[in-house]
Amino acid sequence: MSWEIVIGLEIHVQLATQSKLFSGAKVGFGAEPNTQTTLVDLGMPGALPVFNEEALRLAVMFGTAIDAEIGKRSVFARKNYFYPDLPKGYQTSQMDDPIVGEGHIDIQMEDGTSKRIGVTRAHLEEDAGKSLHEDFDGMTGIDLNRSSTPLLEIVSEPDMRSAKEAVAYMRKMHAIVTTLGISDGNMAEGSMRCDANVSVRPKGQETLGTRAELKNINSFRFIERAINLEVQRQIDLIEDGGKVLQETRLYDAENNETRSMRSKEEANDYRYFPCPDLLPVIIDDDYIDSIRRTLPELPDQRRQRFINDYHLSEYDAGVLSSSRTMADYFEAVQAACEDAKLSANWVTGELAKYLNTNGVEIEVSPVSAAQLGLLLTRIKDDTISGKGAKTVFDELWNDQGEVDAIIDNKGLKQVSDMGAIEGMVDAVIANSPQQVKQYTEAEEAKRGKMLGYFMGQVMKASKGAANPGQVNGILKKKLDAMC
Amino acid sequence: MPYTTIAQLSQGLKNGTFSSRELTQDVIADIKARDHLYNSFITLSEEQALAQADVADQRIAAGEAAPMTGVPIAHKDLFCTQGVRTTAASKILENFVPPYNSTVSQLFVDAGAVSVGKTNLDEFAMGSSNEHSFFGTVKNPWKLDAVPGGSSGGSAAAVAAGLITGATGTDTGGSIRQPAAFCNLTGIKPTYGRVSRFGIIAYASSLDQAGPMTRTAEDAAMMMNVMAQFDPQDSTSMQMATPDYTTSLNDSLAGLKIGLPKEFFEAGLNPQVAAATMNAIKQYEAMGAELVDISLPNLQLCIPAYYVIAPSEASSNLSRYDGARYGYRCQDPVDLMDMYCRTRAEGFGEEVKNRIMVGTYALSEGFYDAYYLKAQRIRRLIKNDFVKAFQQVDVIMGPVTPSPAFDIGSKTSDPVAMYLEDIYTLAINLAGIPALSTPAGFVDGLPVGLHIMGDYFSEAKLLNVAHQLQQATDWHMQTPNSI
Repeated sequence: MSWEIVIGLEIHVQLATQSKLFSGAKVGFGAEPNTQTTLVDLGMPGALPVFNEEALRLAVMFGTAIDAEIGKRSVFARKNYFYPDLPKGYQTSQMDDPIVGEGHIDIQMEDGTSKRIGVTRAHLEEDAGKSLHEDFDGMTGIDLNRSSTPLLEIVSEPDMRSAKEAVAYMRKMHAIVTTLGISDGNMAEGSMRCDANVSVRPKGQETLGTRAELKNINSFRFIERAINLEVQRQIDLIEDGGKVLQETRLYDAENNETRSMRSKEEANDYRYFPCPDLLPVIIDDDYIDSIRRTLPELPDQRRQRFINDYHLSEYDAGVLSSSRTMADYFEAVQAACEDAKLSANWVTGELAKYLNTNGVEIEVSPVSAAQLGLLLTRIKDDTISGKGAKTVFDELWNDQGEVDAIIDNKGLKQVSDMGAIEGMVDAVIANSPQQVKQYTEAEEAKRGKMLGYFMGQVMKASKGAANPGQVNGILKKKLDAMC
Repeated sequence: MPYTTIAQLSQGLKNGTFSSRELTQDVIADIKARDHLYNSFITLSEEQALAQADVADQRIAAGEAAPMTGVPIAHKDLFCTQGVRTTAASKILENFVPPYNSTVSQLFVDAGAVSVGKTNLDEFAMGSSNEHSFFGTVKNPWKLDAVPGGSSGGSAAAVAAGLITGATGTDTGGSIRQPAAFCNLTGIKPTYGRVSRFGIIAYASSLDQAGPMTRTAEDAAMMMNVMAQFDPQDSTSMQMATPDYTTSLNDSLAGLKIGLPKEFFEAGLNPQVAAATMNAIKQYEAMGAELVDISLPNLQLCIPAYYVIAPSEASSNLSRYDGARYGYRCQDPVDLMDMYCRTRAEGFGEEVKNRIMVGTYALSEGFYDAYYLKAQRIRRLIKNDFVKAFQQVDVIMGPVTPSPAFDIGSKTSDPVAMYLEDIYTLAINLAGIPALSTPAGFVDGLPVGLHIMGDYFSEAKLLNVAHQLQQATDWHMQTPNSI
């Protein structure tokens, strides 16, 4: 049987506010446990929440960016459950009246196609603390620094049909929130994480299959892996005559498996009701418009501009506009060397390779956009070869330094002196009678291929310093004259 | 110096007749000597009180005294007091010492008042008799085997017994006014939002409001001048200036329109209480007021609505008492669930558990619409009844309770009879309007209260109306025999 995969994502985005959603405590990652807390975050008796209006601004900014309805009257509700790192015994969230209503985003696939994915809603809620199980010898430590950190939970429609689409959706959301600057989008620190609702159904069937919710996915790579694992598990289960249970499953990245956390029957009844400690949040069109006017160029607009102005491919434009920092970096390189295609190739090629291999974010790339721009300028003005540039890049990455100084120190300057190159070419021809004979006797169509040998010899003789374009031209001229 | 008033003490301190230290020492010695009769205090804070008294004496000497400077008061043990144990009369907070002051207790510190200790109450303010306290039943000074009312029974008994001249209370469904009526005091529940709830242990957040309990309306006005301040830490606190409540006490009542809702005088009201209430109301005719018959058609719905809304909010508010961070934790829990279950089963009293169960049920999936939402709709109807009534009249008057103080133990087995005690007071909290109880005579030697209700933020008018009755009568100056 042929199966259709149905995926919906719930993305939690930590909003980049200075203080918490309902208290004046500082928001930050990595501080000593329980040092970034107030009475409110600790759930002390009598403590009361006060809504941080900056979070409202960021949420409305997101809503306007995805063309969503904005809730002019949004209401905080309490989601009641017991957990040690939930100090009040409830999470303050939004239920019936979220701040952001229906909206949508477009995702681009590698094959250049585009697809619209619906956003059901996005609501504000507070994060819980953390339970620390190590170092306490049979006990659990509670760190409430994260308690009441503002989150925007973005819920999608079940519009995705493959793990790749889910990744593309997540990447686009990442690009949007980082471009808006409403979140640092740092997935390793949990600033952006997602739960995936996954089900399968026979192709052509209208009704949705029973879904499982995959929790706690915190990297793009894991989204694809976790979903594919779960899809295969469900298909195998059904094809073996079994039934998919509605349940929450945890993705275990270490063992690359999903496993059951709790079934529907074990699910909490959260007893949502409007939080009586907080007033409904009322906003008007003027407020919404004033925020809409502050929107920066959005990823889709930037992607389109890259295609129009720089003549980049759909794919390159998509990759380069996938985050604000990436796009800014690319544009800075482009501005320095004035060659968009070359800039795109290097940013998506050599730079991306180094970033990925070393697990470094582009924000903190050891090679600055200005340096890369200068390096590409040196390729363009024939100072160095592409190969030489890679050596310089490696040097820049590892030891810093200055582009022109590295080129000098490493002797990478290309020999562009016609006389010198002619001398080397003549020497190679003189020392390769066999190959010259083969070349001159070969059919003209096959000669191009045979030129490679002579190119290699000349480059070797020049220790890679000869300008390959010039070598090629001179070789061809001299050899063809012998035919 | 028993049975004086705040106004007299304030004058004595100002004149140098006695120092705050002398006064405070006297008050504490008196409580130690006599409170075994009433059990009105849970904790005495002698050391802190004397330190506050010394600061007050310095302020008085420096000529920087405010009206309440140096005056001893007591706080219901629901107000968090920095460094002084705050129990909510519950085992679960038996040893809880807050590291912070509630806004109200801080305002009294700032005003120079001296807090001598914490008064008894029904556990978590749930009750109408002060029989539901982990620290024992409070006795009514007017009849030691009768209840003082609840939940602010300790504050009421302490003031009625002359142990203290003023105490704070909280009123969620009548918890200031009913004990004030049972103990011959002036007790005002301000408009919801007039007094900050920050640092007051929450029972039902949308109904809770703090107010003073004193012998005279003038004393209540003096305490209101301190308490009624906007607080940015409480989102439901109203941002408005505080009038000087003492300046309008002597305003003329000529032309005052007094509404008498027929629903307040129907079956269920003790005829002697009805007669005493009407007798008190008649006093106003001599002052030039006009009596107007009115109707509050939805009044009888207040009991079911209240007993859905208050327990619902309570079930969530009390979730934080889980043994994880502060307060009582059961011995040797085997696991997390065991810790939660036994901590709460052992830590809460029966009435609190009843209400948590009722509230949890009312908020459950499938019942929410039928209970919580319906109760909210009733709440709006009741509020509209009052809004309409205040288009016709300036104040509304009636009884506070159906009968005078009942005997200890006489209603504990019948919760519904106990809940009916609150029939005249609950609607006021649901509507959010202010109301007070002022002495209105005696039935068989037990005090009766006159209930005076006003439009939103009309506290000054209510105190004015009560003060004028106290100028014309001397019920409020009567002394219980137990002194």
